[in-house]
Amino acid sequence: MAPVLQSSQPWVEKYRPKQVKDVAHQDEVVRVLTNTLETGSCPHMLFYGPPGTGKTTTALAIAHQLFGPELYKSRVLELNASDDRGINVVRTKIKDFAAVAVGSGQRHSGYPCPPYKIIVLDEADSMTEDAQNALRRTMETYSKVTRFFFICNYISRIIEPLASRCAKFRFKPLSEEIMSSRILYICKEEGLHLDSEATATLSSISQGDLRRAITYLQSAARLFGSSISSKDLISVSGVIPAEVVQALLAACKSGNFDLANKEVNNFIAEGYPASQMLSQLLEAIVEADDISDEQKARISKKLGEADKFLVDGADEYLQLLDVASCTMRALCNMPEEFSYES
Amino acid sequence: MLWVDKYRPKTLDQIMVHEEVAQNLKKLVSEQDCPHLLFYGPPGSGKKTLIMALLRQMFGTGAEKVKVENRTWKVDAGSRSIDIELTTLSSANHIELSPGDAGFQDRYIVQEIIKEMAKNRPIDTKGKKGFKVLVLNEVDKLSKEAQHSLRRTMEKYSAYCRLILCCNSSSRVTEAIRSRCLNVRINAPSEEQIVKVLEFIGKKEGLQIPAGFAARIAEKSNRNLRRAILTFETCRVQQYPFTSKQTIPPMDWEEYISEIASDIMKEQSPKRLFQVRGKLYELLINCIPPEIILKRLLYELLRKLDAELKHDVCHWAAYYEHRMRLGQKAIFHLEAFVAKFMSIYKAFLIATFG
Repeated sequence: MAPVLQSSQPWVEKYRPKQVKDVAHQDEVVRVLTNTLETGSCPHMLFYGPPGTGKTTTALAIAHQLFGPELYKSRVLELNASDDRGINVVRTKIKDFAAVAVGSGQRHSGYPCPPYKIIVLDEADSMTEDAQNALRRTMETYSKVTRFFFICNYISRIIEPLASRCAKFRFKPLSEEIMSSRILYICKEEGLHLDSEATATLSSISQGDLRRAITYLQSAARLFGSSISSKDLISVSGVIPAEVVQALLAACKSGNFDLANKEVNNFIAEGYPASQMLSQLLEAIVEADDISDEQKARISKKLGEADKFLVDGADEYLQLLDVASCTMRALCNMPEEFSYES
Repeated sequence: MLWVDKYRPKTLDQIMVHEEVAQNLKKLVSEQDCPHLLFYGPPGSGKKTLIMALLRQMFGTGAEKVKVENRTWKVDAGSRSIDIELTTLSSANHIELSPGDAGFQDRYIVQEIIKEMAKNRPIDTKGKKGFKVLVLNEVDKLSKEAQHSLRRTMEKYSAYCRLILCCNSSSRVTEAIRSRCLNVRINAPSEEQIVKVLEFIGKKEGLQIPAGFAARIAEKSNRNLRRAILTFETCRVQQYPFTSKQTIPPMDWEEYISEIASDIMKEQSPKRLFQVRGKLYELLINCIPPEIILKRLLYELLRKLDAELKHDVCHWAAYYEHRMRLGQKAIFHLEAFVAKFMSIYKAFLIATFG
């Protein structure tokens, strides 16, 4: 096997914090876990929050810090959504692993090594309800020797019995300052030049998701070399420039159907993804001051429908045209119902 | 050889339309490494040309020696094994295929072929690259399951192979895949760029192009470069030397649809609907994709309508296209759209003229 080239390692992995105390912005969790490191006692945990806020990082870091590289393999079981995780896996693999007894707690080459194992279930919200139910008893039976870490985006998808057995921690989206300080650190390490405008753009387009920000940064660095402007970042991220969204909105405000049609045609020819347009259009409309609440509601409803249709595989041009026409009717106060329906 | 193929740029340096993208790609592969790539853009914008040029840049002229193979895979799917047949284009360093052709079995194809590539890798002599490239066309047609299994495979085998994905609309590619690739947006060339390319071809062929002629072709082409070049060649066959008044032949199916549109406008009755249905069938038999028929029909109708009706009509077009996507038989939905249009238009006429 050829050695994996250094540059091919994603920066997301390269700059993943190795220790719990390096995890940014999640003070509560860090405090609890630092305590765990000292005493060695640890409840079942449930981490939830939006993507890219450090949930997996924290879970892996605490596991590494507790057991060290030698024992890690035998003490930690990591399962994520891409592994098969039906009810059979819960009944066999997880149960077998959970049932194994471990030696009493002695410090092992500088690591605390408490007398239990850890099972990390990443993306637990994609587990079926049956599989989650099967876990309930397992969790209690083997609670002496096993701790479970659940990681998920939506806590509502975890069944109540499981959630009540865990200590819950919410991971907050990262604030812009923390994002930019982390981005600047990576830029320094990688020898990149980012002006302040580009940093601000990067923080805003990634919307509190640090992983996405780092991925964009790496793509831009690969494509455009070491000095990156905010325009480069936008082109890599697939975000539609604000002018394009405004142009479509202006065309809708004008009340001229043919103008809107032309804008939509142009938009499709430029190759932007329509689903992205819908979310950016929503943002622009919600934030606009000169649109009444009723108009906003009408447009938002249409946007939601169109998004669903796009997911079903409908044609981008037709859906976007429909959205544009509905937006225009809302903005120009034309009636919502069609006049000539029989 | 058609001009489209004859004048297709072979290297990244020859590319005329997306020069900036081409230069960036060249920089990208010069460092002996390349991330997974996702190219997206409207048809005829040059995605494929860029990919071929990129492969040549990576592997030298060897990438051009392709062979077409019709292969059969035996796949174990749980309890039974299925045979899947698919046409692939391959060279020593890359394999190209359209997994969408396998229908709902596309999931197995993607996994199987990537595993196979991982097994027989090119040997790493004299610092050559130790990976192969898999080019997947039309990933937007892949089923959701296939895309999910792709995301795992992409990470697992990233040391052995690089994926180049190519699609029209990136909305239909899942976020998980998009975030693992370097996304490259290819926009459709502007009309000036098309004119430039046409003039370049004209010069190479030694043709005299009257002023404004190329611009007219470009305008008709809808910013689709492939179509512009094809039309240009058609004009050359029909009449040479060119005159500035020469008509540019429209596609026959487009003319046919515009005929249907004027039929619908003239009379709204069940009898007319029946006639239109026959014409729609004619188009479908000739392999015109139903969504293209619907879009073109909408375009023709919008041109003839009053402004207040346009909103209704475009809403219903979007509505029936969505239904068509969910359903099985396209003709029902096309016909439903026509019937809906007739009813709206009739109501409008009665309301206006009594």
